Amino acid sequence: MYVILLAGHYLRTKYIALVSIISITLGVATMIVVNSVMSGFSCEMRDRIKGILADVIVETHSKDGTAAEDTLVLMEKVEELVGDKIDAMTPTVEIYGMMSFDVAGHPFHRPVTLVGIVPDSKNRVSPMAENLMTRQAIYKDGKLVLPPLRDPALPLNWDLTPEHLELRKDRAYEMQMREQMSIEFGSTTTVPGPIQPVSNEVDAEAASLDPFLLPASVESTDREESGSSDPFSDSADPFNAGAAAEQQDPAQPLSARVFVGAGLVTYPYRNPQTGEVEIGYLVQPGEDVNITTIKTGVPEPARFKATVADVFKSGMSEYDSTLVFCNLEELQYARGMLTGPDVSHPHDNLDWRNGQITTLQIKLKDYRDADEVVRRLRSELPSAYFAVNTWEQKQGPLLEAVKVESAILNVLLFLIIAVAGFGILGIFYMVVVEKTRDIGILKSLGASSSGVMSVFLTYGLSLGMVGAGAGVVLGLLFVHYINEIEGLLSSVMGHKVFDEEIYYFQKIPTVIDPLTVFLVAVSAIFIAVCASILPAWRAASQHPVKALRFE
Amino acid sequence: MKPAVPHLCAVALDKAYRKGQLRIPVLRGVDISAQEGEFISIVGQSGSGKSTLLHLMGLLDGPDVGEVRLKGDRIDNLPSGGRDRIRNQVFGFVFQSYHLLPELSLVENVLTPLLIRHSMFSYWKHRAEFREQATEIIERVGLAHRLRHRPSELSGGELQRAAIARALVADPEVLLADEPTGNLDAHTGSEIMDLLCSLNEDEGLTIIMVTHDEKIANLSQRIVRLTEGRIQELEEAA
Repeated sequence: MYVILLAGHYLRTKYIALVSIISITLGVATMIVVNSVMSGFSCEMRDRIKGILADVIVETHSKDGTAAEDTLVLMEKVEELVGDKIDAMTPTVEIYGMMSFDVAGHPFHRPVTLVGIVPDSKNRVSPMAENLMTRQAIYKDGKLVLPPLRDPALPLNWDLTPEHLELRKDRAYEMQMREQMSIEFGSTTTVPGPIQPVSNEVDAEAASLDPFLLPASVESTDREESGSSDPFSDSADPFNAGAAAEQQDPAQPLSARVFVGAGLVTYPYRNPQTGEVEIGYLVQPGEDVNITTIKTGVPEPARFKATVADVFKSGMSEYDSTLVFCNLEELQYARGMLTGPDVSHPHDNLDWRNGQITTLQIKLKDYRDADEVVRRLRSELPSAYFAVNTWEQKQGPLLEAVKVESAILNVLLFLIIAVAGFGILGIFYMVVVEKTRDIGILKSLGASSSGVMSVFLTYGLSLGMVGAGAGVVLGLLFVHYINEIEGLLSSVMGHKVFDEEIYYFQKIPTVIDPLTVFLVAVSAIFIAVCASILPAWRAASQHPVKALRFE
Repeated sequence: MKPAVPHLCAVALDKAYRKGQLRIPVLRGVDISAQEGEFISIVGQSGSGKSTLLHLMGLLDGPDVGEVRLKGDRIDNLPSGGRDRIRNQVFGFVFQSYHLLPELSLVENVLTPLLIRHSMFSYWKHRAEFREQATEIIERVGLAHRLRHRPSELSGGELQRAAIARALVADPEVLLADEPTGNLDAHTGSEIMDLLCSLNEDEGLTIIMVTHDEKIANLSQRIVRLTEGRIQELEEAA
């Protein structure tokens, strides 16, 4: 009983020891803040990755994909193997490509990863609808600037919003006017093709009523494909025939539609007038872009035009700056993985089910089954053709890097607490020396050595608990008010500490993991107790007579 | 008059301290015994080993040779737990420089032996009883108005009375006092001695007191003189 009484009294009267545990408090607080922010970032990142990828991905080793008739077979087989655990699955074609567009006469080319998707099933596998800009409200400084252009809950499809259709009509009309002007005034040399924006050019082609002005011949004036060997300049190409068929009404969007990553077509800039960060668009939804990729088999270029239906922003810069989602059947058609049932109009009535796919994305009912599903699929699908992975395995290096980073930080921060432990050890030693006579008194009154030892161990424990407790409170408060603190720091230092230009987040994301907080606190207490073992042992081993005589 | 078994006795105690290679003998074969209810003074020059003798008898230290017996049972060779228990239950210590714990209030200081004796649970169960017991003893030594004070707020005489109250709270059989008046002026010293004498007379408490002051020693029943680690003479006090 005296153990607790004395430890309590020491705790209240020895301020020097309280000072010594400030380092523990700070260490604990820092660990909690750092862990919360890091897991906040990584959670956000995982969410974003998962929003684009799927739980389990079955892909062909070859970018040429499955044999055409195998698509449905593969899906049936997967359904049969692990159907009970599957929530949804969607077929995709993934292929590298290039996206080209003109802005104010300057051509832009972007290397991209093309992903052909079936919108509704893709959205079930990875809910990407919410990443589309037309479905997002735009906030600035916490105020709603622009409500979403359409209901985020609407099923994902390739439709353009009325606003963007309007924009397209305006552009088409504008181009038509310009085209007529150039014909009327015969300005053949001053307005060459390359200076014109691609999107307008398409409209212009279509707007032209001259039957000899074939799209192919116009395109051949484009810089990027001036080579006469370009297969697309061949008007017999089925794709161009299809494209021409679509160009009846320039105000209507093309049948090939794409969702373009925000990083490909937007750029943040600081408005010189207001000094605020704004987003500039190189290509707006409703405008057209050129997509170039390769055909299956012989690696010949495949090229088609597509209307940008929307811009998506997942928050993962890697995805936002490389991915272009396209309707699956159009991509299959462009790559020669699919043709329509009618031989004379191969671009009509396309159904992706008859084409080839490269990837099958699967969403599980419970992600914990992932390993089991992967194992089953791996054992049943011919491994020569298919690779089966979870999204975590696909993103292994990135996730691993984050994990390693946070582990190293934790080790470093824990070293801070360990250093604090040595501080406590020193101060404790002093306290024990100072209390030598009291130890003698306690022993003369019949206190056992272990009792004296536990006085100081309890003292160390209570110091650790106070320090860790204060650290937990401080850390949690810091995490809770982290954005306010960031604002304060920014205003004091005069520049932004957390710049949303660099990071994708409006606010600093934090996730408090109770287990981590608990472990941090417990290990800090453990260190405090460890640091008090040696002094406590010294106290316990004092000879009572010598201790009593100690001055 | 010689009862069969002395209350506390030391038999042929030898004790030496080591200083480096040098062995400094402090006690050389000391025999001393105290009957129940006796008040003995041990008198000697400083360095004569009287405090060491008291420490040996109070089990604060172990003898090199010899035995300490309590009611005929040897106690100096008990395991440390047993000696701790005897210190707590049989002996009450009073020291020259009071040795109160500075962090605790007077009443907590007095309660310390009971706190040490009982586990948290049993102390909690009897806490009211113990507190009453402590208050009673503090009243008895005349410090009822000082219950909540810290040792630093008390005078020397009050401190020593508090120390005596602490020694008494656990109902000891033997009170061991090491120069209880050493740090006090003559008047306060005699007050303390009055207290000790009355405890001895009224309650039959066995008291063994170490002092260098003849006048104080004369208040006890028997004086043991110690010179250079040997009993020089035994005499009945005046």
